[in-house]
Amino acid sequence: MAELVSLKQAVSELIRDGDTVAMEGFTHLIPSAAGHEVVRQRKTDLTLIRMTPDLIYDQLIGMGCARKLVFSWGGNPGVGSLYRLRDAVENGWPRPLEIEEHSHAGMANAYAAGASNIPFAVLRGYQGTDLPKYNPSIKFINCPFTGEKLAAVPAIRPDVAVIHAQKADRRGNVLMWGIVGVQKEAVLAARRSIVTVEEIVDDLAAPPNAVVLPAWVISAVCEVPRGAHPSYAHGYYGRDNSFYKDWDAISRTREGFLEWMNRHVLGTRDFAEFRQSALG
Amino acid sequence: MAKADYTADEMMTVAAARLLRDRQVCFVGIGLPSAAANLARLTHAPNIVLIYESGTIGTRPDVLPLSIGDGILADTADAVVSVPEMFRYWLQSGRIDVGFLGAAQVDKYGNINTTVIGDYRKPKVRLPGAGGAPEIATAARDILVIIRHSPRAFVEKVDFITSVGLLDATTDRRALGIHGNGPAAIITDLGILKPDPKTRELTLASIYPGVAVEQVRDATGWPLGVVEGLPVTQPPQSEELRALRDLNERSKRANERAVA
Repeated sequence: MAELVSLKQAVSELIRDGDTVAMEGFTHLIPSAAGHEVVRQRKTDLTLIRMTPDLIYDQLIGMGCARKLVFSWGGNPGVGSLYRLRDAVENGWPRPLEIEEHSHAGMANAYAAGASNIPFAVLRGYQGTDLPKYNPSIKFINCPFTGEKLAAVPAIRPDVAVIHAQKADRRGNVLMWGIVGVQKEAVLAARRSIVTVEEIVDDLAAPPNAVVLPAWVISAVCEVPRGAHPSYAHGYYGRDNSFYKDWDAISRTREGFLEWMNRHVLGTRDFAEFRQSALG
Repeated sequence: MAKADYTADEMMTVAAARLLRDRQVCFVGIGLPSAAANLARLTHAPNIVLIYESGTIGTRPDVLPLSIGDGILADTADAVVSVPEMFRYWLQSGRIDVGFLGAAQVDKYGNINTTVIGDYRKPKVRLPGAGGAPEIATAARDILVIIRHSPRAFVEKVDFITSVGLLDATTDRRALGIHGNGPAAIITDLGILKPDPKTRELTLASIYPGVAVEQVRDATGWPLGVVEGLPVTQPPQSEELRALRDLNERSKRANERAVA
């Protein structure tokens, strides 16, 4: 049952060194504040799962929090490279990073399998690509009914899922809308989960069929206004596309990156202070 | 020859947009494909259905999104679905007419690399990776690829097949269980390449005004074939150029610090 706690407390109690952590949000509702808190608390040896590592994992990887990354598209959307991810893969800085690489379809299906509590997902996928040569967890099976050759990937079962959503009520039920990605599947596939929200309200006023995660499938709900920045929260604020462009320069060198992270993330106590420090 | 009043990129985007038809269902990659697909929608194909992998179906953004999941895609969509639903019910199901992809490298059989330059385990350059492309490349009926022409981009054999094209000279896509036809055309900033029906090799099928065949050959990493009676692409018409420049101008303004 969800507890309404501070993000600091949630990260401290629910994410352990060595955990497998999925912080999801497909371009929209990326839990950036939670990522910062993981850096502040110096969590380490994490296996990070995320379809699009984006800035949130570029930061965690560059700060040495991860030993492995499971992903399907690792760029800075619309801008170019994630330099910290590249530096870890190409040069092992600040530590070697094991990678397990999929396609979006493979990961989306693997999350759905995790949420469904079945051991693997089956899809028409990966035909003719070189990905299965380097990722032993992509295999092919024959359909027991038609004989058709299909791809299989193991279910994703994270220790912890972390997502951001628009609203929670005081009991900890969570509502999200807009581009909802794989967040519902990530939470339902995980043993524990943290949801940061824009605001906590008395009544979600959710229409039937809205994407609502009931309090009893969530471990912690934390109110963190603008906690998805530089990603966005539909109905609250837009994507800060300029910041995504700025990140290209901030993250290009190790020194520039560390200076920025030390100053704005390690040098602040929470996301509100970070915003003041980094964005003015 | 008089200096053209349009750029090579504008010619490329216009040429790509012209290959899309009204009422087609098009699964759109971000960047160059998105620009061309929206230009088609704003000119000759007002009823084209644009789908982005973020889950937005039938979207009509009036500015080009920077990312695959900008809010404007959801705001202007007929429907927004989850990512597992997108890949299962809408792509894998075979509902897509055209998959429109970008690439870092493409080889003479239209195979696409967006993963690594060099060896996978010791890459010279680590590229972003697959995203939705491998399954778009196999599930959509036809594939269009848009990519700027250079010897680094057009290679004899890609370092890594991220998304499959026509494989090689002999292997049949159907034998791998692939339903889609694969690349129908590769649109570059010099011309349009199409697979030769017999050899499957990408062959220069149309060239832009003012471009010499030797220029295209120099920018291609294999001995490039040329179709007989090579047609010259019609230059961008004024309405196409106006629509594209307005779109680019609006997009540039919108993507400068636009946080509410």
